[in-house]
Amino acid sequence: MMSDWIPLWLHKLGSPPTFYRFAGTLQPWALTLALLLGAIALYGGLLLAPADYQQGDAYRIIFIHVPSAWMSMFIYAVMGVASFVALVWRIKLAEVVAMQSAPIGAAFTFITLVTGSLWGKPMWGTWWTWDARLTSELVLLFLYLGVIGLYHAFEDRRQGARAAGFLAIIGVINVPIVHFSVNWWNTLHQGSTVNVFGQSKMAWDMLWPLLTMTLATKFYYAASLFRRARTDLLDMEGGKDWVRKTAEDEADR
Amino acid sequence: MSALQHFLAMGGYAAYVWPAYAVFFIVLIADSLAPALRRRRVLRELRARLARQSARQQRQPPPATPSA
Repeated sequence: MMSDWIPLWLHKLGSPPTFYRFAGTLQPWALTLALLLGAIALYGGLLLAPADYQQGDAYRIIFIHVPSAWMSMFIYAVMGVASFVALVWRIKLAEVVAMQSAPIGAAFTFITLVTGSLWGKPMWGTWWTWDARLTSELVLLFLYLGVIGLYHAFEDRRQGARAAGFLAIIGVINVPIVHFSVNWWNTLHQGSTVNVFGQSKMAWDMLWPLLTMTLATKFYYAASLFRRARTDLLDMEGGKDWVRKTAEDEADR
Repeated sequence: MSALQHFLAMGGYAAYVWPAYAVFFIVLIADSLAPALRRRRVLRELRARLARQSARQQRQPPPATPSA
């Protein structure tokens, strides 16, 4: 039995009305933290951090490019795990989390590709090159768009979520490819500058804004996901009592 | 050159750095606005449906007790 090993509070959180209230309480806090940390990171990255001795001020794109790239992979992993849970246990909330994560992940992947291109032009002399890192990140964008498209291609939303979830799970294979591509293939893209388990190849003045922005994007994702999931639950559970009550309570908002 | 001009010049890379930051903010603002608009629409449709339901209930009162 599932209830034997999943704690009760988690079970309750999976019920749409409980999650709706829980997400509604946390959402403004997550957004506030995202904006606050983002502002601090921008101040540190654009004003306090010194110019790079090789790349001058062009390197400052790193403070948005790298956190966005990490988010593009992190959100894909969340979407993959949620899709797996949804397919195996048929939990409605897991479907909602998976499908509502896709547009946010696609947004971060798009930002990664465009900011990378804007960084590549002055440093490499080209906007784009078909190397392993760039190509696998582009494949990641197509996977996100494929998941979104497949989800909307079905009349029945739960059936669409199952089909799209299946695609999302298959696509998880691309996430380690993006991550390790700079080690596995010879590429124009520079290797990683930040190392979780060892010495990072970056001065502290540059590192802390980068890490702060990484945290800000995590909170932004939480805020955006909560807002999207809440709206989706209202839409999905339209005929239920709790939705009727919510619609009446929030009439003037 | 003033401090502000110096900052905006980004060491000659202004044409790359500022568009990158602009894309970051524009995409995330769009990502924030899309669900807010959808939320408004969903709530409006829900309330319209609730209003229709209550109107229907008023038009068809429960069958009255048969009179003699």
